[in-house]
Amino acid sequence: MQVAVTGLLRAAVNGAASISVEAATIRELLNKLVDRYPKFEALLDSDVAVAINGEIFRDNWSEPIPRDAEVVLMPRIQGG
Amino acid sequence: MKDDPSFTNQAFKVIGTRVARPDGIDKVTGRARYGADASAAGQLVGMILRSPHAHAEIRSIDTSKAEKIAGVKAIITSADLPDKVNGKRDMLDILENCMARGRALYDGHAVAAVAAIDAETAKKALKAIKVDYKILPHVTDVDAAMQDGAPIVQSWVRTAGGDANKTTNVAQVSQFGHGNIEEGFAEADVIIERSFKTEQTHQGYIEPHACLASVGPDGSGELWVTTQGHYTFRTQCAQLLGMDIAKLKVTSSEIGGGFGGKTHVWMEPVALALSRKANRPVKLVLTREEVFRGTGPTCSTSMDIKVGAKRDGRITAALAVLRYQDGAFPGIWGMLGGMTAWACYDLPNVKAIAYDVLVNRPKVAAYRAPSAPMAAFGVESTMDLVAQAIDMDPVEFRLLNAAKEGTRASYGPTYGPIGIRATLEAVKNHPQMKAKLGPNQGRGMACGFWFNFGGQTCSTINIGTDGTVNVSVGTVDVGGSRASLSMIAAEELGVPYETVKCSVADTATLGHNDTTEGSRGTFSSGMAIIFAARNAVGELRARAAKTWDVPVEEVEWKDGTAYPMGDQHHNLKPLSLKDIAAKSPRTGGPIAGHNETVADGAGVSFASHICDVEVDPETGSTRILRYAVVQDAGKAIHPDYVEGQFQGAAAQGIGWALNEEYVYGKDGRLQNAGFLDYRIPVCSDLPFIDTTILEIPNPGHPYGIRGVGETSIVPPLAAIGNAVSNAVGVRMNHVPMSPPRILKAIKTQRAAG
Repeated sequence: MQVAVTGLLRAAVNGAASISVEAATIRELLNKLVDRYPKFEALLDSDVAVAINGEIFRDNWSEPIPRDAEVVLMPRIQGG
Repeated sequence: MKDDPSFTNQAFKVIGTRVARPDGIDKVTGRARYGADASAAGQLVGMILRSPHAHAEIRSIDTSKAEKIAGVKAIITSADLPDKVNGKRDMLDILENCMARGRALYDGHAVAAVAAIDAETAKKALKAIKVDYKILPHVTDVDAAMQDGAPIVQSWVRTAGGDANKTTNVAQVSQFGHGNIEEGFAEADVIIERSFKTEQTHQGYIEPHACLASVGPDGSGELWVTTQGHYTFRTQCAQLLGMDIAKLKVTSSEIGGGFGGKTHVWMEPVALALSRKANRPVKLVLTREEVFRGTGPTCSTSMDIKVGAKRDGRITAALAVLRYQDGAFPGIWGMLGGMTAWACYDLPNVKAIAYDVLVNRPKVAAYRAPSAPMAAFGVESTMDLVAQAIDMDPVEFRLLNAAKEGTRASYGPTYGPIGIRATLEAVKNHPQMKAKLGPNQGRGMACGFWFNFGGQTCSTINIGTDGTVNVSVGTVDVGGSRASLSMIAAEELGVPYETVKCSVADTATLGHNDTTEGSRGTFSSGMAIIFAARNAVGELRARAAKTWDVPVEEVEWKDGTAYPMGDQHHNLKPLSLKDIAAKSPRTGGPIAGHNETVADGAGVSFASHICDVEVDPETGSTRILRYAVVQDAGKAIHPDYVEGQFQGAAAQGIGWALNEEYVYGKDGRLQNAGFLDYRIPVCSDLPFIDTTILEIPNPGHPYGIRGVGETSIVPPLAAIGNAVSNAVGVRMNHVPMSPPRILKAIKTQRAAG
């Protein structure tokens, strides 16, 4: 599947706006990204969220990624 | 996942009603205990010495005279706060912000602290501390800080992803968007490009930061504190001081406002360090001046906005270049501006470029929908200009371009069900849109967007033997969540609201709960309580089954009562929650429900506001005549509180738009660190703020809840800017639109003919 990458996260994937990764869960996706882009590991704890079909997941890394889902890596945000 | 968070559209009995708030009597009678309302035997008074310079090397700090003053029990500097976080950058920044380490980075930066037997002695000790400063060049303006040759605020900062060898004040540059804006602008019939500025504002919470810290010689400690997140405070304080998390108990007081400013620690580690050194409890209460100078306001900004559209009103391209100052430490505030700037619209070609820039000002903190109001000021002002240029009604123009379900958001994902169009339709049909305007009066409207998020959450329900219910949550109640969460427990258990008591538990009682920020309190703890209550209902059914000696599968729970299922049990009398609770000591002991979750599935939120103003052309003074808020709240659990959030957010936005501003002198010192010279709106400045709640359910929450607390601070700057522009015919591009600034704009336009 194609995973869109937004904001500063692109710097961790060599500037790519979109990358091809096969993963059944968020955890598997993130693990594969770390394998491929070691710099990505530093972002895992507090800088990354994953949107699956428009729903933003920050913490539930067990969330399944359906086949043909829209997946977007986006910065983890703060609120007030 | 065991617990399904999907929206079920269930029928409600308690949710949506306007029950009495549980904290009202305590707050109006003075019984509520805030940060400064705790005391301990033998407590000392803590005070902080702050830098009078915007930027200075600290060559030495001599505390010897102060230490000899009778009654002084401890003095600390950064030497007493060594790096216990192994150089972890974000935590080290927080530590350095708590106490300067070799350099004072802004006017008000803490450089030393004292604990003494009383305030007089502590003040005397502060005066006796001698700090040898070497004053360094400073920069407080975001545009100036980006220039080549600007004073460098932090020598270690490099632009993330940029040149590793170049010192800079630009900590990061983020980009969001899709399509091709060059092609989009080439297609446009009309292109409007403008620059805007907004000044720095403080959240203006009425309660200053305050805490009571106590650390014993065994390494255990307690902290009573006004905070939005006592679990986060515990973790941060423990890490910064090298304590075990389990040995620091943090209790959150009532909170007199936070709005993002109490989401991370400022002086709490200092109080704990003083207590540890003195071996006595230390109470530390900031003055209002210290709150302004030494805690975290929001950013000042500078931005360029460009919109291209066809004559039929369709936007073909949109670009925002945003420059946000983060104070003296890197943040994500520009990035958030970039993510939110265009989120209201369905745009084929869109880009936001956001700069996070360091200056010699206090470390920026979140402020209610952080960063979105400033970007919205630029974007929504420009939207009005484009509508004027193509002679189109501004509401119709926005409706034509509004995002909808299936729109790809400018920050990346595709929207599910959202409410921006519904808010615009409600604005279009709002009675205020038909109210007649007189001379020097004008009407403006604007839209706004903000996220919502969930996070780690943990809640417990305990049922007493009299059938009353204790709900324990770990999310601090900043906006009425104890009422909404009690209602949710009552709804799920099928008991009256009045029998439920919700409390915010200390950190030793529940597992970690994330801070109350991002409009997450009712969203996330509400989800945990639904699941905890369902967990308790399972136990209640089991106790009824035990009482009747039937299989639990043959027990149904309905409206707070256990019913036996099947004709074979027709002789069994239904058991209410109260009946089961009364017998609980003999059916297995206390009955409780518990849940830990990561409450993902948050929905985004939109608002559209209408504002009518009158501007005095002789003085430049603006009066708000009428103001209306329309916001999508998802399911409104307690409509009174939801309306209160809408009104409070709008009121803060009105103050920001018209008056509030950090004013720095050429020396880099803050000139107006108090409410006399930093003017927040009071009741007489405001009309009654009309509210309309729209309920577009969030599919990611069982009740359809969205966050409601932040979104309505986003549109006011632009709505008021558009209204002022329509009243006096001058486009205001600088917030706050204070009387001198409006007067200057009017005179400039008159002079230009």
